[in-house]
Amino acid sequence: MRTLVSGRRGPLARLLAAVALALLLAAPEAGADEFITVASTTSTQNAGLFDHLLPLFEAETGIEVRVVAVGTGQALRLARNGDADLLLVHDRPSEEAFVAEGFGSARFDLMYNDFVLVGPSADPAGIAGLGDAAAALERIARAEAPFLSRGDDSGTHRRERALWQAAGNDPGAASGTWYREAGQGMGATLNTASMMEAYTLADRGTWLSMQGRLDLGVLVEGDAGLRNQYGVTLVSAARHPHIKAEPAQRFAEWLLSPAGQAAIDGFTIGGERPFIPNAHWTRDESPG
Amino acid sequence: MTDIGEAFAAAFSLVYHLDRDLGEIVLLSLQVSVGAVAVASVIGLPLGAAVALFRFPGRGAIVVVLNALMGLPPVVVGLVVYLVLSRAGPLGVLGLLFTPTAMVIAQVFLVTPIIAALARQVIEDMWSEYEEQLRSLGATPRRALGALLWDGRVSLLTAVLAGFGRAIAEVGAVMIVGGNIDHVTRVMTTAIALEVSKGDLALALGLGIVLVALSIAVSAAVALLRGTLAQAQAR
Repeated sequence: MRTLVSGRRGPLARLLAAVALALLLAAPEAGADEFITVASTTSTQNAGLFDHLLPLFEAETGIEVRVVAVGTGQALRLARNGDADLLLVHDRPSEEAFVAEGFGSARFDLMYNDFVLVGPSADPAGIAGLGDAAAALERIARAEAPFLSRGDDSGTHRRERALWQAAGNDPGAASGTWYREAGQGMGATLNTASMMEAYTLADRGTWLSMQGRLDLGVLVEGDAGLRNQYGVTLVSAARHPHIKAEPAQRFAEWLLSPAGQAAIDGFTIGGERPFIPNAHWTRDESPG
Repeated sequence: MTDIGEAFAAAFSLVYHLDRDLGEIVLLSLQVSVGAVAVASVIGLPLGAAVALFRFPGRGAIVVVLNALMGLPPVVVGLVVYLVLSRAGPLGVLGLLFTPTAMVIAQVFLVTPIIAALARQVIEDMWSEYEEQLRSLGATPRRALGALLWDGRVSLLTAVLAGFGRAIAEVGAVMIVGGNIDHVTRVMTTAIALEVSKGDLALALGLGIVLVALSIAVSAAVALLRGTLAQAQAR
């Protein structure tokens, strides 16, 4: 018990002090004074769009943009709780509901791409080349061919459910058999679908960034029901006064302006444009 | 199985090129987890020792609860901390959500029970061994608490290391309260989860290899320290 009374600094105390000092010194610098938090979707992040856009905007304005990429459902919930200053998602009905309920002050079309129905080259349900996505789903259901759903309440998942509804089919009853719910992001779902030789609905951006690694092909595309519109929604400062409304509005305006639209237009993956800008906004109708 | 080969290549290339983003992510991982373990030790070690030494009604229940809390699911802890730190939550005004501080807070809840439960066992064993001796020297449990914590420091390091292992490896809690924001709250585990969701399995596994190497390095450092401590104690 001699050490009980020893007042000497042992190696433990010295090491702890050294670690504490090293971590303090290495503490990240405060960063830009001004930053906004954008709640967005995994599809835009996974395609790499923000890595392309944000440096351009930050260089122009000095405003740091922090992106929290989650499913559209969770992104809406974050914004509803006042945990995001701006919303960039792809489920127009719920974006409009968000504004109608007073959580958002305005919503604008930003860009679009489309969803594609992808599947194994064996194509057991025989849907290749169909022009009608709902009819293709109908065939998959009839053939009870494996279909992998996102199952995560994302924008893509919401669209998939809408398509099933249009096909007059409720695959939920078959969940666990030929209809499987991954509960994962788009990339992980595509990987799993590839390994399971299953059909799945994917957004074009993620598909383009991953297609080289997958044993899947695009089987159905071009249906009007597969259009994927992204929107920017301003979070209402009336509901959440702490929202950084002013810089968030600057970012929204930049995205919708010719400069932002050109930046989206200039983003390519392997020579293809995953997102096509289609904002029809002029500075006169200022957002917010 | 080409993915596994690619993963080692990716891990090697990340480290070899001293990838700047990787450095940032590794550093933040260490800051968050070491910070959480430091706070959890300050709470958990005395707490565990107190439960070991004092006799009070409900003590048995506390021991059971402490042991059970070692298995707290990170996602649930993340969700609860999110609800508290969210702007709509009771501590929303602090604006801590999506910051490294929020990640430390969540991990403290995960790590404290581990450190406290393991410390309780260590201290209880020491107390049953030395109780007579200490009592004959006039030590009460209250006065023995600090002494036993200090004397058991070599064994308690294992408790702290177990806590660190939990903190550095968990993804569920830091993902929810940190948001996995590039250059702000992205740590090793959330970066791995992101690469999995992007479908870049090789890079994900490569990052995983770096994480395991990091854990081994920390564990080796602790083993060295323990050796030094044991020597110092023997002298």
